[in-house]
Amino acid sequence: MTTVAAGELLATRDLGAYYGNRQAVADVTIGFRRKAVTALIGPSGCGKTTLLRCLNRIHEINFDARVEGSVLLDGHDIYGGDVDPMAIRRRVGMVFQRPNPFPTLSILDNAIACAPKGLNRREKMEAAERALRSAALWDEVKDKLKTSPLRLSGGQQQRLCIARAVAAEPEVLLMDEPTASLDPIATAVIEELMASLCREFTIVAVTHNMQQAARVSSVTAFMLADETGIGRLIEADDTGKLFTKPTDRRTEDYISGRFG
Amino acid sequence: MQNAEPQFRRVARFVSPADRGFAAVVYAGSILFALLIVGLFVELVLGSWPSIVKFGPAFIFNSSWDPITSKFGALPMIFGTVMTSLIAIVLAAFIGIMAAVFLADFAPRWLGQPLSFLIELLAAVPSVVYGLWGLFVLAPFMRTTIGPALQHVLGWTPLFSGPIVGVGLLTAGIILALMIIPTVTAISRDVIAAIPRDLREASMALGSTKWETAIRVVLPAARVGIFGACVLALGRALGETIAVTMVIGNRPEISASLFAPSYTLASVIANEFTEATTSIYISALIELGLILFLVSIVVNALARLMIWSVRGSERV
Amino acid sequence: MAQSASKHRNLARRRIVGWLGVSVALACAAIGAICLLIILGYVIVQGAGAVNRDFLTQLPHPVGVPGGGVGNGILGTFIILGIATAMAVPIGLLTAIYLSLFGRGPIPEGLRFLSDVLSGVPSIAIGLFAYAVLVAPLKHFSAFSASFAFMMLMLPLLVRTSEQAIRSVPQTVREGALALGMSNFRATVRIVLPTAMPAIITALLLAIARVIGETAPLLFTAFGSQFWEMNPNKPMAVLALQVFTYAITPYANWQQQAWGGALLLIGAVFVLSLGARLMLRRAMRGLEA
Repeated sequence: MTTVAAGELLATRDLGAYYGNRQAVADVTIGFRRKAVTALIGPSGCGKTTLLRCLNRIHEINFDARVEGSVLLDGHDIYGGDVDPMAIRRRVGMVFQRPNPFPTLSILDNAIACAPKGLNRREKMEAAERALRSAALWDEVKDKLKTSPLRLSGGQQQRLCIARAVAAEPEVLLMDEPTASLDPIATAVIEELMASLCREFTIVAVTHNMQQAARVSSVTAFMLADETGIGRLIEADDTGKLFTKPTDRRTEDYISGRFG
Repeated sequence: MQNAEPQFRRVARFVSPADRGFAAVVYAGSILFALLIVGLFVELVLGSWPSIVKFGPAFIFNSSWDPITSKFGALPMIFGTVMTSLIAIVLAAFIGIMAAVFLADFAPRWLGQPLSFLIELLAAVPSVVYGLWGLFVLAPFMRTTIGPALQHVLGWTPLFSGPIVGVGLLTAGIILALMIIPTVTAISRDVIAAIPRDLREASMALGSTKWETAIRVVLPAARVGIFGACVLALGRALGETIAVTMVIGNRPEISASLFAPSYTLASVIANEFTEATTSIYISALIELGLILFLVSIVVNALARLMIWSVRGSERV
Repeated sequence: MAQSASKHRNLARRRIVGWLGVSVALACAAIGAICLLIILGYVIVQGAGAVNRDFLTQLPHPVGVPGGGVGNGILGTFIILGIATAMAVPIGLLTAIYLSLFGRGPIPEGLRFLSDVLSGVPSIAIGLFAYAVLVAPLKHFSAFSASFAFMMLMLPLLVRTSEQAIRSVPQTVREGALALGMSNFRATVRIVLPTAMPAIITALLLAIARVIGETAPLLFTAFGSQFWEMNPNKPMAVLALQVFTYAITPYANWQQQAWGGALLLIGAVFVLSLGARLMLRRAMRGLEA
């Protein structure tokens, strides 16, 4: 069952996504609860990452990318005719599967790479500190702000990417399997971070780890590719309810490990 | 930048003013790049036009090159270009392919790497340095040693008869061969190395020696790529100017002997362009340049097609 | 019994043929390497005698007067290469950026085809182009026309290797920049290009190393000069051209200086290639994100 409640910050309506002629996602209508974590789960190839990338118009970086339907941010379709994708991406930030700090910028410059414009030096430093604190990274890097981010560990780099995304002051934070490349301890740190960040941001996180979804999210959406390989939204509900009493049999099969 | 299609919505990639300006600059640079190359062709045609009109296709077959009476024919130059390049590719193909076989399949690392490196360095030597060495070292050596030796053995053929001056077709051919050996070797070695191991192992399992495998199995399998390497090298030889000019003797004559001085398309332009007095003279020289241009395009395209088909889309 | 003996002889013969073959192949590889060492040896031995402070700093002396140098040629080389680089880099980089952003499709492939065509054009034909466009209409030789020719020579290499350099920046870095809301412009200029810069500089150094010894186009563009010249609008001395001009004269003094110039040219190619190799190592390190 899909629920689309009024007043949601981010929602999709009949969203379809294509790579050239191949359809990856079809008929997704879902709302993302404000200031909560929504997890997107499903087996590989179910289209969850593609769906995520449609939410901030990163999907269209791909040359044959096409989109059908609409994505509503605050009630306005982000794929509308005169909408600037850059403006959308500043309101809907993204953290990627593998940490991707900018290699030629220092840790500090990474953190403020897209801070709101028009700040002077002192304000920039404050913004950087705020962002790095909210990513639980400040204490670890405050003495080496000018050094290269490549020297940090994987978990630290990922937190830097989170700080960088947060510094742009978005309203929504998209996370594409943020802990997939991290060890269990770093994973735990990021999961804690998600719990604290969702007080301020609406978070949508793709994860292939069901336990993680159960741990961090308040809403979970399950996707599955149909026989033709097109990803569809099967069910979305409160996390507790989805994992204990799923409505759709396919959801139940996936959760109980019968496939995927 | 893209129209909305009836069913799907394509989204524009450059919307903001900053991006529009950026896109404009990027487009401008790319268009300028394309225009320069097209302009090159156009200017060569424009410059040759008077000569093309005056001499027509006979230009290619006419063997007199006489600035005084303004009669220009490209045949001696074509002959010289073809002969020197032929000598060069025959020498370079044998040496280069053999070297590639050795480096790919037989050389231990401690030997193969330095040898490969040195051979590749041959490509880094500037053309004028080759010419200098050819003029002061190879040409005298040809006159005193190589020439007489060859004439002693092969003097009964018209190819090796005649006076040995030192500069001439053979010397130029040898210098050119040195210049293009790295091309043949490097590409052939890569092509040979890319032949799957299974083929070699199957051949050896059937009782062939390593050498037989290399020559009878691997080389034929790699022949398209190797041929492409040779054609590419040939293309470079055809256009080489300065080194050839310094050792070819600069005489617009066709002769049977390899020891005779000669002329190539490129070297006649190099030698005579600044002395060209009449406009038809200049136009004839530019027409030679146009011929060179067109030949190089055809040869290079052929070569790349062949190498492409073996190595995939990696460019040479 | 007889059959296996003849088989044995046959195998032995084939083995000998094999050894002979490998020896020939080894000899061929060695020929290339040895010739290089011979050429280098001659240049170093003959050229070392000519290179001294005067050689590097003085103007050429008139025929028959001993001494003199190629100072103006060295200066001219720097100036012409500098202008050529200043022209080639923007055009080459912009084209490379276009190709990396619009990868497939008829227009990008067309550009790449044109680039391949240009890379095979003999340098003398490019010299003719520069002559037709910048010398004939203005009715005088100039260093600038030589720079134009050199720019044409450098462009294919620059475009191809810069495109590879930009593509080698991981896609995720560019996506990260765009996902933050950066415009394509900012993402490319502030993030992607700086990351690709070591590889691009490598490409540039290699392109310069390739053209520094090119003489053919200079014959009717820069034309050469006996004097100090800094004005790109005038004919100018160029080291490679001086080597050529001196080599074909009958004067021993100038011939000796030709060797000296050749040594300088080879030294320059060596330094540039070394620099390129070091840069490449830095480029590889920078991508270990």
